[in-house]
Amino acid sequence: MSTYNKSMALTGEPPKSLSISQKLAVFLGTLGLGILLLAIFNVSFPNKTLWLTASLSAMTIGIVWFSWDAYSKKIPGIKNDGVWFKSISSRGLWGWIAGLALTGFYIVLYFYPEYLGLVSDGDNKGVIALFDPLSKLLNGNPASQWFVYGTLYTVAILAFGIKFLWKYRHNRYEKLRTFSVMFFQTGFAFIIPELMARLNGHKILDGGNLPYYDLKNIWPLNYYNFEGYRIKMFLSSGEIGFALLIFGILSIFVITPILTYKYGKRWYCSWVCGCGGLAETAGDSFRQLSDKSTFAWKVERWVVHSVVVFVTLMTTAVIYSYLGTDTSKYWLTKSTFLIGVAVLLTLVFGWAMIFKRDQLQKDAQYGAIGYFVIIIALIGFHFFSGDGEIFLFKSGTLRKSYSFLIGSIFSGVIGTGFYPIFGSRVWCRFGCPMAAILGFQQKLLSRFRITTNGGQCISCGNCSTYCEMGIDVRAYAQKGENIVRASCVGCGICSAVCPRGVLKLENGPLEGRIDSNQVLLGNDVDLMTLVNKK
Amino acid sequence: MEHIVIIGNGIAGVTAARHIRKLSDKKITIVSAESEYFFSRTALMYVYMGHMKFEHTQPYENHFWEKNRIDLVNGYVAKVNTQEKSLQIDDAPDLSYDKLIIATGSKPNKFGWPGQDLDGVQGLYSKQDLELLEQNAPNNKICKRAVIIGGGLIGIELAEMLRTRDIPVTFLVRETSFWNGVLPKGESEMINEHIREHHIDLRLGASLKEIVSNGNGKVKSVVVKETGEEIECNLVGLTAGVTPNIDFLKDSGIELGRGVKVNRMLETNVKDVYAIGDCAEQHEPIGNRRPIEAVWYTGRMMGETLAQTICGNPMEYKPGQWFNSAKFLDIEYQTYGWVFSEIRKKENETHFHWRHPKEKICITIAFDKDSETVLGINTFGIRLRHEIFDRWLSEKRTIDFIIEHLQDANFDPEFYKRYETMIVSKYNSEFDKSINLKKKNLKRIFQIA
Repeated sequence: MSTYNKSMALTGEPPKSLSISQKLAVFLGTLGLGILLLAIFNVSFPNKTLWLTASLSAMTIGIVWFSWDAYSKKIPGIKNDGVWFKSISSRGLWGWIAGLALTGFYIVLYFYPEYLGLVSDGDNKGVIALFDPLSKLLNGNPASQWFVYGTLYTVAILAFGIKFLWKYRHNRYEKLRTFSVMFFQTGFAFIIPELMARLNGHKILDGGNLPYYDLKNIWPLNYYNFEGYRIKMFLSSGEIGFALLIFGILSIFVITPILTYKYGKRWYCSWVCGCGGLAETAGDSFRQLSDKSTFAWKVERWVVHSVVVFVTLMTTAVIYSYLGTDTSKYWLTKSTFLIGVAVLLTLVFGWAMIFKRDQLQKDAQYGAIGYFVIIIALIGFHFFSGDGEIFLFKSGTLRKSYSFLIGSIFSGVIGTGFYPIFGSRVWCRFGCPMAAILGFQQKLLSRFRITTNGGQCISCGNCSTYCEMGIDVRAYAQKGENIVRASCVGCGICSAVCPRGVLKLENGPLEGRIDSNQVLLGNDVDLMTLVNKK
Repeated sequence: MEHIVIIGNGIAGVTAARHIRKLSDKKITIVSAESEYFFSRTALMYVYMGHMKFEHTQPYENHFWEKNRIDLVNGYVAKVNTQEKSLQIDDAPDLSYDKLIIATGSKPNKFGWPGQDLDGVQGLYSKQDLELLEQNAPNNKICKRAVIIGGGLIGIELAEMLRTRDIPVTFLVRETSFWNGVLPKGESEMINEHIREHHIDLRLGASLKEIVSNGNGKVKSVVVKETGEEIECNLVGLTAGVTPNIDFLKDSGIELGRGVKVNRMLETNVKDVYAIGDCAEQHEPIGNRRPIEAVWYTGRMMGETLAQTICGNPMEYKPGQWFNSAKFLDIEYQTYGWVFSEIRKKENETHFHWRHPKEKICITIAFDKDSETVLGINTFGIRLRHEIFDRWLSEKRTIDFIIEHLQDANFDPEFYKRYETMIVSKYNSEFDKSINLKKKNLKRIFQIA
């Protein structure tokens, strides 16, 4: 009997090593990186503009050359051959080395920028000094660690974006989406804010200074947007400053819900957002490493929603701390603000409970817990807050802990540093409060869904494996059920890798969007009615 | 408590088990010698290609089975005793049952070729076949060339797999064009081109005469019947179809043909013994279907149906409109209804065929010459909405209607190039019609008033 064999071993063997072109490309990219490393160790480069250009070009050309060799000569189609055989993309030795190196970089960046050469009162040294010419060209000031990071981040999205474009050149959805993230990163996150800094002190800002503002970075991802110093800067910068502040508020309360209703949260998470942009380009090689277990899903829901509660409280506390108490001076006082927040949350929560209860099911209880934590905290603010203190903490302390735990450790060190270990969307999935809020909207009030094509699923598992958000897509598809999940960022890869054309991201009527009774698995109608009986 | 025993943990058996659990509290046991847990057979190729690890092919987490009280027994059923209602299992204690479901699937065909049992000769069906392939063809140093015998779906998958490891592949196809017993000419020829584009040495009209041994029980070469050519190779893939895996039932008293004979209730001649999936053979074929349907979807459908019968809701196996799909290297294929090849086509079946001038994209619509009712559609490189075509076929729509509403049926990802205009204009000029393409309409698609 040929099928009778007790052996359980299934060893994959790496089919091939890198081609000569690919090795040269890696070498070139490493040279570019090497220049930056030498600069970190204070090797002084005489002509900084030249060496910085050389370094960035070498890295970019290295990545593009490698991708060209890997994809351009092949027939367009899915290019996942050997993904689980390669050390870098399957948590092998290279994966761990890359993970540790990235994590190390983030720790230095966030907590020890002086090792990168940051000098607060005097000329920069090290690698930051290397970026001075570019920074001066764009915003007129010497570079900071954030300028260095922003530049490298943009280069990564552009270079790996080209790689992604080649890899998915048969897929127009993927191509357009990638052009979009490349555009928003370069324009909105990098060039526009740097140029805006040049306006500071100018008369069109009434001589004021605008805070650094990446326009597509929306609260609560941009958790510091409504802090006192920023509000002051906005308000002191004339009409433009005021308009930007209004835009910041409209972004989260008006623009976001409308776009999410029409297109799902993908309009932001995989078309616009910078974190998403990096995950989809530089992180693409690691998307398969996300954890698909139901346990991970449970952890995800607790952690990401706790972050939402945390950021809401923190922001409320921060705004509360700088508001006054005298209504005659300014209409918005500490008390009216707290009441306003409470009313808004009650409206949202009440709406979800009354109209969307059936869709929330068990999650409703957790939502209720979150809601009551916030409301009780708000009451606490009101009664137990002394001078400059909120509840038991200083609002500054709350803000600092958020910034440290969530802003730095979670989004940077774990979120990006651990790409090669946990996959590319750890931050987006477990940590991003913006994603959670958009997810809430997507789940409850959006036309977006991934439609399952009747009974065509063969349960192969490509969709689940390549879902960067760790959604077990197959679990829905094999039942003929549409996929409507809060966490789905709409990257479209499940649909791309499906060998049977089962999945389609689309916007359609709300009616029958989640309804699993729409199944059509191939049997005649009578049986399907019975199967659908719950 | 009634004890349901299922032999085989493939899609048919597991679907039956899941649905029986949904509907009842019966004791359920699944026996399998192949793997500890259910996995998707159709995904084995991706494990060899490195797209997935084996564990990714398992649709349910390991705790699923205990949670749903489905017992798993790892062992090979050597004998079925229908009198005593018990199973004799190698490596596991005997098992008695109240109802038995046979869902043992298939095994690769071997047609008595000389040398077919040599080392290095194998099929591709089971997990063990995949493990064997990993030994026989781990890379192109150990396997300098592979010869694949039989041009069907598994053959082309095996060729694709081997090519991802840069192993030279010679593909012997007995027919004059790839899979042309099933596909119409235009489609079959397009796939020929695509196979060659992937640097696979496709030999049409070539069949196997014998497999030659190297003297140590290993394959050395194969000889082509038509030309007498001897091709040196280290692996021979036998992919000339599959046959039900039912040898262990020989003396059980259960009626066997090529498969386990069943009626429309999926019952065998022995009371309380049922057969589903690849191994079941209908006494009378259903419609245009073959009596043995070795297809993932039909296995699943039989599992769903039988679960109803077993849980007190007797039900015939009544598959709806035929559908199937596959992927030929980079080209996705979907079919709904019946489109027959020139070889099997009936007299009244007419085809409308459109192929993109440059890309490997085409469609064929089969319709009745007289009534113009659509019989079926094949698409290559275009995805179609299953629900829409199922509906149109059930409503017996005409070809004019379908051409006019083609945009409603498209299931390609957003922003993809659309070809309906080209298709419609070819249809109009070929059949002298003046159909105007209707715009995609969500209300029609989702049937909302």
